[in-house]
Amino acid sequence: MVPISYYLILAAILFCVGIAAFLIKRNVITVFMSIELMLNAVNLTFVAFSHRWHQISGQIFVFFVMVVAAAEAAVGLAIIIALFRARQTLNIDQVDLMKN
Amino acid sequence: MQLALFIIFGLLAVLGAFNLLAQKHPINSALSLIVVMMSLAVLYFSLGAEFLAAAQVIVYSGAIMVLFVFVIMLLNAGEEEHTDDSKVASIVGFPGAAAVFCLLTFVFLKEKATLGFSHLESALGGAVSNIVEISHVLFTKLLLPFEVTSILVLVAILGAVVLARKEL
Amino acid sequence: MNPHTPFLIFLLLSIAKIVVVLVITLTAVAYTVLLERKVLGRMQNRWGPSRVGPFGLLQPLADGIKLFLKEDIMPLSVERPLFILAPLIALSCALMSIAVVPFGKATPVTIKGVTVDIGQIADLNIGLLVILGITSIGVYGIALSGWSSNNKYSLFGSLRASAQLISYELALGLSLVGVVLRAGSLRLRDIVDSQSAHGALSWNILGGFQIVAFFVYMMSAYAETNRTPFDLPEAESELVAGYHTEYSSMKFAMFFMAEYANMITVACVATLLFLGGANSPFGHLFDHVLNNAFFNFLIPCLWFVAKVFSFILLYIWVRATLPRFRYDQLMGFGWKFLLPIAMLNILATALALAFHSTV
Repeated sequence: MVPISYYLILAAILFCVGIAAFLIKRNVITVFMSIELMLNAVNLTFVAFSHRWHQISGQIFVFFVMVVAAAEAAVGLAIIIALFRARQTLNIDQVDLMKN
Repeated sequence: MQLALFIIFGLLAVLGAFNLLAQKHPINSALSLIVVMMSLAVLYFSLGAEFLAAAQVIVYSGAIMVLFVFVIMLLNAGEEEHTDDSKVASIVGFPGAAAVFCLLTFVFLKEKATLGFSHLESALGGAVSNIVEISHVLFTKLLLPFEVTSILVLVAILGAVVLARKEL
Repeated sequence: MNPHTPFLIFLLLSIAKIVVVLVITLTAVAYTVLLERKVLGRMQNRWGPSRVGPFGLLQPLADGIKLFLKEDIMPLSVERPLFILAPLIALSCALMSIAVVPFGKATPVTIKGVTVDIGQIADLNIGLLVILGITSIGVYGIALSGWSSNNKYSLFGSLRASAQLISYELALGLSLVGVVLRAGSLRLRDIVDSQSAHGALSWNILGGFQIVAFFVYMMSAYAETNRTPFDLPEAESELVAGYHTEYSSMKFAMFFMAEYANMITVACVATLLFLGGANSPFGHLFDHVLNNAFFNFLIPCLWFVAKVFSFILLYIWVRATLPRFRYDQLMGFGWKFLLPIAMLNILATALALAFHSTV
């Protein structure tokens, strides 16, 4: 017997830590990982709501989010590898060729 | 019983998330993210979503995070260094995240009564397995989206191969 | 009576089960090492270990004492926390999956009003997925050990190992789908029960026509456990010893035990999915011979152990026979040969089942 709202608050904590990490971290890989953290937090809310309303759709949505996250990780990490080959750095502040 | 599970693994997830934020080296961040994902898998299980719990472990911690760790090991770029541009981000970042958190928590606590409680017994004691339900919906009502994701994954594989090739 | 008492009794009984199974598994690990050395020795026309105890039977004990008493060397430039964590992850993941394996017939025993099944530690309806998940977590032990050692041979070894594990996990997972389709369940107990009708004839490897899947599973299992012919991660002629070059004493012993525990797990899964688990190969033909509660529990367990043992013997035989692959051959074999075969097997099984259900 745990209130569903506790699960949602846990998800909120994880999501906000994800936002903070996304904004503060300077390493591209860590920034990417904080996106994954946010996705996970959202997945937790989906599962909690799916449990609350006895709807299976929430869980299926989580399944789709996982598939999309896997695809995203594959492409994103490939981009990161290409970036590292071209610039020899993973710091997002030093990848600013378009800026100046 | 379920509360004990929730407290242990919820705490583990929160600690892992904060550790991701605090650690300097990406591999430590990756490992703490794995801790978060594993504890979330346990929480899914406690919410009666056992298939998702398994999928979380296999797909997220077993495949996606292995990929991350693999890339970190391969590039071996060392610890992150802070540059001047990042100050703005941290000035905006912490209050922004805190504000979002306060808003969400306020809403959830206010609607606590409507949201009700979770029942582990009713979820796990059910005669119909969760997997049967999921696969039934997935292969009848949502067949088209399911097939479309397979094309998405295929395109992602091709994209990854093209991007990661030496001569770009 | 305290309302929590049934729960506490259940907890205690579960812990007792876990301890018993763990002790048996660790002993089995130790003696698998000895078995391998003995059998390899005989296959290469020599004796193998024969000095410690009768027929060398106390050799595992001596090895254990030696490894335990050796100096635990910690190289200077390693990442200390991860260096210590890696063998722990490897060993615990290797031992954990035994928790969902049903090693005997379902035998409910009631103690003080609490019923537990002594044929299995935990009966989950996603048992197969749990095993796959734990196996995929085991990759971290190897990956982290190589990276944290700060040694190029270790890094290469662990990169090879993780790439190999990730690629062969696909073939492994797909080879199991045919069996799952036939049983219609992911619960290991159901999968075993679906093969119990006519003895060996209804096992998945014979009556289920999953022999191709069994072949794919066996090949990917060799790769998953880093055994010859796929032992490139620790190819001593190229990489010193691969990911555990820098490890010594108990930490090395943990990797060593993890390798053999993985072998046992893989053999257990093969037994459950393809060889009928704890079912007798003669079906119910001899059920009446020793028909009391004790033997009804013991004999299925013995069949299970015999099947696992023969699978491990097959492992050792292959090690003594086949040379090592080249790395590109290994990847090509996994992706271009095993994966398509596994997919074709799924297609064929699904079509056969669909045809069977419409007729």
